[in-house]
Amino acid sequence: MSGLVLNNVTKQFGAFTAVDKVQLAVPHGTFVCLLGPSGCGKTTLLRMIAGLEDPTAGAILLDGTDITGVPTHKRNLGMVFQSLALFPHLSVGENIAYPLRIRGAPREEQKKRVDELLALIHLPGYGDRPVSKLSGGQRQRVAIARALALSPKIFLLDEPLSALDAKLREAMQVELRQLQQKLGITTIVVTHDQREAMTMADTVVVMNGGHIRQAASPIEIYRKPADTFVADFIGSTNLIETEADNTGAATIFGHRVTGLSLPAGARTATISVRPEDVHLTAPGNGAIDGTVTFVRDLGGTIETFVEAGGQQIIAVSTPRERPDVVAGQAVGIALSPEVCVVLKQ
Amino acid sequence: MKREPPQSIADYGPLFFPAGMLLIFFVVPFGTMIAVSFFQRQEGGFYTPAFVFTNYERFLSAFFGGVLGFSLILAVTVAICCVVLALPFTYLLSTLSRRLQVIWLVGLLSVLSLSEVIIGFAWSTLLSRTAGLSNLLVKVGLLDQPVALFPSFGAVLTGMVYQALPYTVLVLYPAIVRLDPTLMEAARTLGSSPIRAFFNVLVPALRNTIMATLIMVFIFALGSYLLPQILGRPQHWTLSVLITDQAIYQSNMPFAAAMAVFLVLVTLGLVALTLLIGRKGEKA
Repeated sequence: MSGLVLNNVTKQFGAFTAVDKVQLAVPHGTFVCLLGPSGCGKTTLLRMIAGLEDPTAGAILLDGTDITGVPTHKRNLGMVFQSLALFPHLSVGENIAYPLRIRGAPREEQKKRVDELLALIHLPGYGDRPVSKLSGGQRQRVAIARALALSPKIFLLDEPLSALDAKLREAMQVELRQLQQKLGITTIVVTHDQREAMTMADTVVVMNGGHIRQAASPIEIYRKPADTFVADFIGSTNLIETEADNTGAATIFGHRVTGLSLPAGARTATISVRPEDVHLTAPGNGAIDGTVTFVRDLGGTIETFVEAGGQQIIAVSTPRERPDVVAGQAVGIALSPEVCVVLKQ
Repeated sequence: MKREPPQSIADYGPLFFPAGMLLIFFVVPFGTMIAVSFFQRQEGGFYTPAFVFTNYERFLSAFFGGVLGFSLILAVTVAICCVVLALPFTYLLSTLSRRLQVIWLVGLLSVLSLSEVIIGFAWSTLLSRTAGLSNLLVKVGLLDQPVALFPSFGAVLTGMVYQALPYTVLVLYPAIVRLDPTLMEAARTLGSSPIRAFFNVLVPALRNTIMATLIMVFIFALGSYLLPQILGRPQHWTLSVLITDQAIYQSNMPFAAAMAVFLVLVTLGLVALTLLIGRKGEKA
């Protein structure tokens, strides 16, 4: 198939398995975020795609061709490093022209392409400046332009925005996504920031312990997390244990939830309910009984902490639908079956 | 941390001791040497205070000029050889595991513990006809009969490079280790083979360090006077050999002092010139 395919890719460092039998297909033109906590193997996976690490087992295919043994400099890819790795002895223009110079492109062509790229990253006329005189965000753009200079098939970025301050990072996320859509380039970004992944990606690949836990669109990852790790890692959630009663219906803290069914044969399961899907009502009426322990009013959102069944459940609401509760008050928790996601064990 | 400039004389306190040591053990002897270089030599090894230029005049002959020229060329060659050998070596060393790096560095340091005399005689044995490396080449079949590879210019160069190489590596090592390793990786992702990346990323990024190392090895090699005598013919003797000869065997202190002063001035001039060229290159 066309695009990048990872087939059972495994990387071991001594006895430690950093990446374990990863299967992933990235069609051309998509934006993929590898998301996970530090040490989950996402950077190692990216470095294997770049050819900077050799997989212990498995194959990497680009448009059906096995590129596992192809050295980095022959893979036709662009990569932005966490440190940016701009060459300190070269000016902005020379940095961007470096891959063209290596290919022996004529001078006029180099200059034309550099001007094009400087316009693309909104830094026209910066070609002669030394790299050391740029701000963090400008360096970031130069590193992106340099990686794109040869119009590579695959664009890789390793924690590209982590050195920027929060405000600039948010702006660059949008900019990077717009740039990718404009160029239609296959892009793979490593990040530990879920906001970044949600903002930019077509497909979010959540990794932990060297495994892919779930690969899906951001909204699906959020709405339908596959397992407890994904549900907990993406956004905040309430993880609630459910049990089947003698009739086979699912119950939460002894209350039967009509319409919710557990996987066939399972006696217990964990479900994930997003805090904004938890509705507080008056106690009784078939709702789960709880007691408000704390109300955190943040202005834009209100978080209500409710103690129910020996567990803390958080409900988030907007000021318009503000629940009129105070700490110590008895409330009911209404869960509709469609907001309860049954997680894989 | 913000550093404030010293406010009172007491703030300069920590400098007094090193400044005093430098004054007593460097400035004063050097001043004495400059003074002696203008003294009048007496037959029989003594000299009397005077202010004459005869010592400098004698130096300005074709013979001493030639020796000075040879000394400078030898030192420059040693410096270039050392950096050319040490740069790839140190880079590869920096890519090894910590443990292997330590083993190599300890090995290099142990070379530094060898005295110049031992290095000289070891190489003279290795390059000799009777017991030297050429016997191995005969065994392998590359040579018909063993040859003496010393005394020769090559032998002097080999000995001096061997002696200066550990210093070169030790000076380059910190700078190379501190260099961001992703620079080389970035060059590879941009289509540069590792060898090309070495020349068009690593070398230019280390430009100032390489410059400083060249100057250090150059000055180090300029002072060598034992190895040229052990491994070379008289035409391979450096100015340092002649200074020793004048000072110790000919008992001509004023002339030896004059040559030493001249050598220092020429060296300083060359270093200044190198730095000037280096700075110009940076602006361009």
